[in-house]
Amino acid sequence: MPNIAPQVSVAKAEIRRLGKVFSGAAAGTPAALQDIDLSIEDNEFVTLVGASGCGKSTLLRILAGLEHHTSGEVICNGQAITGPGAERAMVFQHYSLYPWLTVMENIKFSRMLKVNREDLSSSDVEAASGRADALLNLIGLAKVAKSYPSQLSGGMQQRVAIARALMGRPQVLLMDEPFGALDAQTREVMHDLILHIHRMEKTTIVFVTHDVDEAIYLGQRVVLMEPRPGRIHSIYPVPLPERREQDMKHSAPFRELKAEILKHIRVSSGMTTDLDLLDQISQQGEAG
Amino acid sequence: MSATAPPVGTGSVAKARASNMPPKPSIWGIAGRLSRTQYWAFAALGLVVPFVVWAALSASGWIDPVFMPGPSAVFQRLTTWLIEDDLLADTTISVYRVLAGFALSAALALPIGLLIGAFRPVEALLEPLTDFIRYMPAVAFIPLVMLWFGIDESAKIAIIFIGTFFQMVLMVAENVRLVPTAQVEAAQTMGATRDEIIRLVLLQSAKPAILDTLRITMGWAWTYLVVAELVASNSGLGYAILKAQRFLKTDTIFGGIILIGVIGLLMDQAFRWLHRRAFPYMHFKR
Repeated sequence: MPNIAPQVSVAKAEIRRLGKVFSGAAAGTPAALQDIDLSIEDNEFVTLVGASGCGKSTLLRILAGLEHHTSGEVICNGQAITGPGAERAMVFQHYSLYPWLTVMENIKFSRMLKVNREDLSSSDVEAASGRADALLNLIGLAKVAKSYPSQLSGGMQQRVAIARALMGRPQVLLMDEPFGALDAQTREVMHDLILHIHRMEKTTIVFVTHDVDEAIYLGQRVVLMEPRPGRIHSIYPVPLPERREQDMKHSAPFRELKAEILKHIRVSSGMTTDLDLLDQISQQGEAG
Repeated sequence: MSATAPPVGTGSVAKARASNMPPKPSIWGIAGRLSRTQYWAFAALGLVVPFVVWAALSASGWIDPVFMPGPSAVFQRLTTWLIEDDLLADTTISVYRVLAGFALSAALALPIGLLIGAFRPVEALLEPLTDFIRYMPAVAFIPLVMLWFGIDESAKIAIIFIGTFFQMVLMVAENVRLVPTAQVEAAQTMGATRDEIIRLVLLQSAKPAILDTLRITMGWAWTYLVVAELVASNSGLGYAILKAQRFLKTDTIFGGIILIGVIGLLMDQAFRWLHRRAFPYMHFKR
């Protein structure tokens, strides 16, 4: 990791007039992303939410360097993003753990990579080992350090994936619907865990979800996106105390923001049209 | 129902309890379940019934023993073959040929399959060609192989190679392609280089599937061994079977075929054992 000189901008990541057209897309297809402007502050927790096809995952993958943008620029830590890198670790929805490695070996995976092995002193190795233990404790899985992923529940597997991503101390943690495959109860536990991790690790998090509750509960700002072409509709600062608690989901500011966001998503996803159609059908049925 | 039943005596109590148990799902349902005992009962049935039918047919005298010798005659022949006619030498040379052809095939197919699975340009370059050659019958290459290699060991190994290599390449490539994208991308976002992704992710992740590919292609190697020995050889189990046909020694033909089956089964079991040993994480009971 190069030493960071005093920065011109305080932003951790800066996206300017970014556009993306998938190669091979038919002529006339709306752009996957168009004119995206977004600045993410250091240590911020930003959630991206929107109807399917709005490009939220594509935007995250561009930040990760796993997709290329076709116009505009993306800058992380003052450097243009040209490909994936250890400073931008990503947590996926599932199937990303290495089933042949134990929980501990998964967490330490990045230690095997050349990026982390250059000029390494023995104290560094010790520190890394200590960090792996600390992360294991942080996610509450010290007891299963020697188990294999297939022996863990889905929620536990995602906790390991988060610890593994944090091991290399990334500047930004990118999360692509990481709790999308979990049941509702596990998901709530994961929410409080990731908030705790965000406080402890002081890392910047960009989190993609289709769940509006999740977006509001976790995010300091919620970025609402719209499809065809994929673009930012609006950015909402979340009017909740810094320290979130489950009960806040029933508070007035939470419910108002949720109603506001859902209204837009229902329109932009075509759901409103579908609901109107259903109304018509049921009215016809009652009339006949 | 149990309220009205008069429970008298232990037998009827047991009966009442049994009738109160929810009905067990039928083992004949689609993807139904078998207990371990049931599994082995069916397996034993599947092995024993054909054997009994065979023994009964030959004992009945309906079929001329020249065409179908009984189990005891075949077993006797295998014994004399072992003691007098050097069964071990025939088996050894056949096993050697299979292993040599198979090893050569694997040594080339593994890296090529890995490259096809990992890199799109290599896939475009080699996969259509491999697919094309795969459909050419390996047996049709025998005359050509005999022209090129004569009838010594290299000819047999070449035929086994032709029969297994192209299939193996395609299967290994598929094994590598089936590595979940998220595993690769997670490594990329942890800073892994291309070389590290191949070594630490693709190869490790595909290994169990590749071992299964090897197990399956080993079976094909035996098929092509017999083909090679039938036409281009003067030793080995396949040759012994062919020679026996000329002298109407059906007991030798039966013995040879059964022996090849047994060796194949043993090798298959060895691969399965290796799979459990090498990849314990795939064999946990949940």
